[in-house]
Amino acid sequence: MSVNTETQNQNQVVSSVEKKQTTNGFVRWMRLLLKSKTGTFGLIIVLAVILVAIFAKYLAPYDPNMINPAAMLKPPFWLEGGSMEHILGTDNLGRDILSRIIYGSQVSLAVGLAAVALAGVIGVFVGLVAGYYGGFIDNVLMRLVDSFLAIPTILFALVILSIFGPSVTTLIVVLGITNWVQYARLVRGEVLSIKEREFVKAAKSIGVRDNKIILKHLLPNVISPFIVISTLSVATTIILEASLSFLGLGIQPPTISWGGILSDGRDYIATSWWLATFPGLAITITVLAIIFLGDWLRDVLDPRSAK
Amino acid sequence: MVQKLEQVETQTKKEEYLLEVKGLKKYFDVTEGLFKKERQYLRAVDNIDFFVRQGETLGIVGESGCGKSTTGNLIMQLLDKTEGEIIFEGVDLSKLKGEALRKKRAEIQMIFQDPFSSLNPRMRVFDIIAEPLKTHGVAKGKELENQVYELMDVVGLDRSYARRYPHEFSGGQRQRIGIARAIALKPKLIICDEPVSALDVSIQSQILNLMSKLQKEFQLTYIFIAHGLPAVKHISDRVAVMYLGKIVEITTKEKLFDQPLHPYTEGLLAAVPIPDPTLRDQKHRIIIEGDMPSPANPPSGCRFHTRCPYAQDKCRSEEPSLIEEKPDHFVACHFPLEKGHGVLIEK
Repeated sequence: MSVNTETQNQNQVVSSVEKKQTTNGFVRWMRLLLKSKTGTFGLIIVLAVILVAIFAKYLAPYDPNMINPAAMLKPPFWLEGGSMEHILGTDNLGRDILSRIIYGSQVSLAVGLAAVALAGVIGVFVGLVAGYYGGFIDNVLMRLVDSFLAIPTILFALVILSIFGPSVTTLIVVLGITNWVQYARLVRGEVLSIKEREFVKAAKSIGVRDNKIILKHLLPNVISPFIVISTLSVATTIILEASLSFLGLGIQPPTISWGGILSDGRDYIATSWWLATFPGLAITITVLAIIFLGDWLRDVLDPRSAK
Repeated sequence: MVQKLEQVETQTKKEEYLLEVKGLKKYFDVTEGLFKKERQYLRAVDNIDFFVRQGETLGIVGESGCGKSTTGNLIMQLLDKTEGEIIFEGVDLSKLKGEALRKKRAEIQMIFQDPFSSLNPRMRVFDIIAEPLKTHGVAKGKELENQVYELMDVVGLDRSYARRYPHEFSGGQRQRIGIARAIALKPKLIICDEPVSALDVSIQSQILNLMSKLQKEFQLTYIFIAHGLPAVKHISDRVAVMYLGKIVEITTKEKLFDQPLHPYTEGLLAAVPIPDPTLRDQKHRIIIEGDMPSPANPPSGCRFHTRCPYAQDKCRSEEPSLIEEKPDHFVACHFPLEKGHGVLIEK
């Protein structure tokens, strides 16, 4: 065989192909992004919310906690009595709603993302181990999952928060611990079906170590349902945080979260609807955008969808 | 002369086999319910013996559920045996554990049936072929790259495919990727579990030719599992016929195709379609009717007696053992055929 002469020729071909492929990764993402309108929408909104959270200090027109008795319960600018001074109006203490929403994004996003990340790491790990090893380990871990499922999330959160006192960190930990079970179950189920596929058998017959099989063969194949569920879960966590704040056990003033603003506004919903509506809208739009983004990410992460 | 297999073994002990399987059993526990006293077992592989010589191809043939794939998985140590020995170059593989087994795996590789599920959809072709080399620390960096590209040349894959994902390929090309992965570590034995049955007929011969070529080039030994005789005729030196977890006949390809001794083999041969009607031997054609009984509850005596056109009383009560009926021609039948045409040997 004239492999050697061919080798050099083909090496050149290959290196040029490789260059094309490395740029291709980014190009492929962008192409997929532009192809999906909802994905584009999701990404833009999520990026916008993240930027708003980071640059809250510069974007907010007022100090969010500044009480102004002269401008109490001002409606948004397009209504009678409203003005461009307070675009989205003010609350019962005369605080600027827009500024409060801008600052509130920090806590809401941080809690949502961090709690899901924590839950995801625990859940995926438990799911992979339980699904791959099966037998006794699986039984023990899944009974643990069952017992966690038997505890009502809100009740558990209320108990823990009232023991340790509500703070951003406790909130993240509590939400993380109550949420990991769903990932564990999801991932375990996926692993059970994937580990029967022949490529896992092939890896075993090659002599690939268990940890590598889990990381290189199982994890990449369970990641896309995980991403979809976890983005959905960022959304529900934001809502859960809002509910806890609404119940008074979430973020405590003067720290601002969207749920907190919503909760403050509920007494005035009949007369001054803007107090509760705008933080509610902020939650809805952000949650929706995250879900769209999750859908798009699933497509990008699956090489089969790249056409 | 009729000799017991064990006696033959002692006589030919001088010959070194690459792989020797002795009394191999695999029972799956299929007991239903928690409190049943009697456990039920599915006897997927029930006491089989065979050997594979260095450099040859042993075909294993049988219907679905006869235990041929289980045998392959047992040799690969993907399943734990219930009983028996799997001796590879003098070492019982089933006794190896942990790191020792992991190292040994480099010497036995497998080509899988379904090229659509045997390649990780998340890995690029390069990484799939490189995985065995990395796992056993054979090569790194530039050297690894060269070896992978060489393997791609050997199996007839264009080097520019290295960065692609498996879903971009046809079944035949995927099987080439699987073959490249299997030969990467230069194994001594490759177990091919129906490697062409999922492919188009036109592609099948290409893959079989590639496998024959590789066998010569790398002095490979194959165990070739298939569910029909035509598939193994092309590539095998010897053929074992399995039925319900037992080997019923094992001999050279020529003897098996010209003069099968077991009625089941005769039936399998008769089931092979012959394109030319004038060549068909209607008079002596035996047709095996019915389905294979459940391996969870196999028939008494000879397991084939429920479907055997020549079954006698003895077949129903007494289980035949695998004996060397003719030189290098083992059969498990009380009344082996003569000339493969339904004429019973007088005993």
